[in-house]
Amino acid sequence: MIDVKHLSKSFGKHLVLDDISEHIYPGEKVVVIGPSGSGKSTFLRCLNLLETPTAGTITFEGTEITNPKTNIDLVRRQMGMVFQHFNLFPNMTIRKNITLAPVRTKLMSQAEADDLASTLLKRVGLEEKADAYPAQLSGGQKQRIAIVRALAMKPKVMLFDEPTSALDPEMVGEVLEVMKQLADEGMTMVVVTHEMGFAREVGSRVLFMDGGHILEQNEPHAFFANPKEPRTIEFLSKVL
Amino acid sequence: MNWVQLYETLGQQLKDGVDLPWWQDAFVGIYKAFFEEGRWQLYVDGVLTTLWITAMALILGIVLGVLVAVIRTTHDQQRLGRHNPILALLNAICKIYVTVIRGTPMMVQLLIMGFIIFKSSREYTLVGTLTLGINSGAYVAEIVRGGLMSVDMGQSEAGRSLGLNYLDTMRFIVIPQAFKNILPALGNEFITLFKDTALISAIGGKELVYAAKSIGSKTYDVMYPYLGIAIIYLLMVMLFTWLLGILERRLRQSDRR
Repeated sequence: MIDVKHLSKSFGKHLVLDDISEHIYPGEKVVVIGPSGSGKSTFLRCLNLLETPTAGTITFEGTEITNPKTNIDLVRRQMGMVFQHFNLFPNMTIRKNITLAPVRTKLMSQAEADDLASTLLKRVGLEEKADAYPAQLSGGQKQRIAIVRALAMKPKVMLFDEPTSALDPEMVGEVLEVMKQLADEGMTMVVVTHEMGFAREVGSRVLFMDGGHILEQNEPHAFFANPKEPRTIEFLSKVL
Repeated sequence: MNWVQLYETLGQQLKDGVDLPWWQDAFVGIYKAFFEEGRWQLYVDGVLTTLWITAMALILGIVLGVLVAVIRTTHDQQRLGRHNPILALLNAICKIYVTVIRGTPMMVQLLIMGFIIFKSSREYTLVGTLTLGINSGAYVAEIVRGGLMSVDMGQSEAGRSLGLNYLDTMRFIVIPQAFKNILPALGNEFITLFKDTALISAIGGKELVYAAKSIGSKTYDVMYPYLGIAIIYLLMVMLFTWLLGILERRLRQSDRR
């Protein structure tokens, strides 16, 4: 589904991603873990070209998105993204946050989008917040809305960039619950996270990144039970 | 005895060298400056012209300012490795414009426009308005640019990640938020612009200061006309400040918790 070949990214002289090749298959729930500064967020942001790779190619369902001639907006419509800091639009109501993109991109009419927004909001238990503004919501509510907003575009893959890192501990659960539901429905997901429980329970594959490389990857149970690389063992011993 | 007779009686006494109490003296001065020969009409015309100049210069300033700000921000936010030569040229022109306008006094710009560039034009008010608009554009450009940069990068990233294009993201997400952030600064610029219209009288523009000056030179007394227009300017600025406050509160609606 997403094919990454020899991806490198540097900011100035600082090399953040060093020749990464990886493939993400339909229906997979890939969880990316690793220490801060390991390049995992940058890797994720390269997948929908929020960061422009310095070298290498990324192909999404046969479209080479790193080609400057590709209309990246069309590709991004099929890739939902959820951010650490929610990034809801504070100047719009929740309903408008959700329906803006599907309506503007002519994916559906305003009425259809409103219906879809209600359905999705009901699913995450926030239907009564449709006319509220983001400033009136808690962090956990904001993040659930952000997930709904991405889902309203009916994406084929969802990218999560540390979706629970900015939340109060008691709100992490409600967001992970929504993500788990989504995973159970068969959504292809790439999740950068520090939630090892989520990685173990929901992930179908765990990637461990350090220093701009994918050092080790495995199916989650094997990964957490017998990590092979010394760096992985050291990291896991600190976080588990 | 009505006011006209009172003015004529007291005026005659003044001419005769009678020492009047200060309030009678002030009455004569004020009557002469504002009511004799229906002079208040000149102030009203002056205020209307001043408002017209402000409105026109403001429109021109905002159009120029937004244009320059968008060019400069788009140029600065280009994806790495992509260089558009036309954009680079436009950016350079915008930079020169902002530097020159902000680096020279408004008065000098008016003198150059009025007496050199449009030397043969007799449309003094129009030339003044144009100069004021061009001047304001440079300041508005920097205000708008600051406003666009003040909106968190995450906002446009969220917009773009949903598949919205650059223009839609700017139009629905970044610009409305930037506008709210820059409204106080834009309000200040508007008030500065309103007061700067007074300078246009230096090249013969027929606004409020011009009215006061011409009345003063006719009556040989500039004190009341000048004090009078000072009060008019002050009252109008207070009115604008009040209106801007209302607008700001309206726009803050989405911040309520």
